[in-house]
Amino acid sequence: MPSSTCELPLVLAPRAEYLLRIADSALIHAQRLCEWCGHGPVLEEDIALSNVALDLLGQARALLTHAGRELDRDEDQLAFLRDERGFRNLTLLERPLRRGGDFADTVLRNLLLATWLGQLWRRLQRSADAEVAAIAAKAVKESRYHEQHAGEWVVRLGDGTAESAARMQAALDRAWPDVAEMFEADAVDAAAVASGLGPSRAELRDDCMAAWRGCFAEALLKVPADTAFRSTGTRGLHSEHLGPLLAEMQVLQRGFPGGVW
Amino acid sequence: MSESTPALTRAEWPLWEVFVRPRGGLDHKHCGSLHAADAAMALRLAREVYTRRQEGVSLWVVRSDQIVASDPADHDMLFDPAADKVYRHPTFFPLPDAVKHM
Repeated sequence: MPSSTCELPLVLAPRAEYLLRIADSALIHAQRLCEWCGHGPVLEEDIALSNVALDLLGQARALLTHAGRELDRDEDQLAFLRDERGFRNLTLLERPLRRGGDFADTVLRNLLLATWLGQLWRRLQRSADAEVAAIAAKAVKESRYHEQHAGEWVVRLGDGTAESAARMQAALDRAWPDVAEMFEADAVDAAAVASGLGPSRAELRDDCMAAWRGCFAEALLKVPADTAFRSTGTRGLHSEHLGPLLAEMQVLQRGFPGGVW
Repeated sequence: MSESTPALTRAEWPLWEVFVRPRGGLDHKHCGSLHAADAAMALRLAREVYTRRQEGVSLWVVRSDQIVASDPADHDMLFDPAADKVYRHPTFFPLPDAVKHM
């Protein structure tokens, strides 16, 4: 009888924590983007958003499989049977996207994640872990494209009509408090740097900010002031939005444990 | 979409024709069309819609209204006269054995 839960210790080895933060961020954003499937503003962009989601899902699968070997779990157990507390994604990515959000939130979040992941993958290509380096080498091209795709939209809407500019700025203001978590390094990052697994999140900040400032300037958007707020998703402490997202994502595997195609 | 939708939201982006080069050395081939606000968006959406399954290595997009086309009504006049001129094919010339795969 296959297990219907995937219970893991609350705190994992730093290596697993590090990999799950990246994998879960890609996975949760992919799931959020799936909400657009069949609802895109135009047919072509609907396909484009699904393409981005599929790239992210592929990145998540590769990392979950890799991290799962040491946790004695496979990618499906990790994705579909973990509880909310076991997920390590950035809080930003679990916030409502299409439902209760705006298309501006979608293109902005795509940009924020693509830049952040892109900077991460770029550095992870030199990871001491050969499999992580190989995953990064493939993913870095995908993130570069996602960043360009999203950046074009941010500029188009930010430097568009009065209505689109106001909504783009509102989306940026909404997202900004959560962005701080992207660069909030802790002991997990320190361990990754020490072992050569990958960079500290703090190291990504300057390159990410430079890319965003360029894009926001072109889009005529004002970079919001930093706040003292720190979201904590990568430590497993989430907003109220992750639970309902997981309920939808996991319903089939929980309803039919061990079910396969 | 309801009848009361304002005209503004129904204004369509212009149509673009998409050409894909399947491999280096082959010609770009027309593969379809799409709607996009400008050239940059057209190129990007062409990538999304027409090269998802490794169909190509290069893309062209052209505004559909920039293509000058022959009139279907002129078909007889333009193309039928070629029908009885088989000698325009080079198949009537004996080829030396040294020339293969002509």
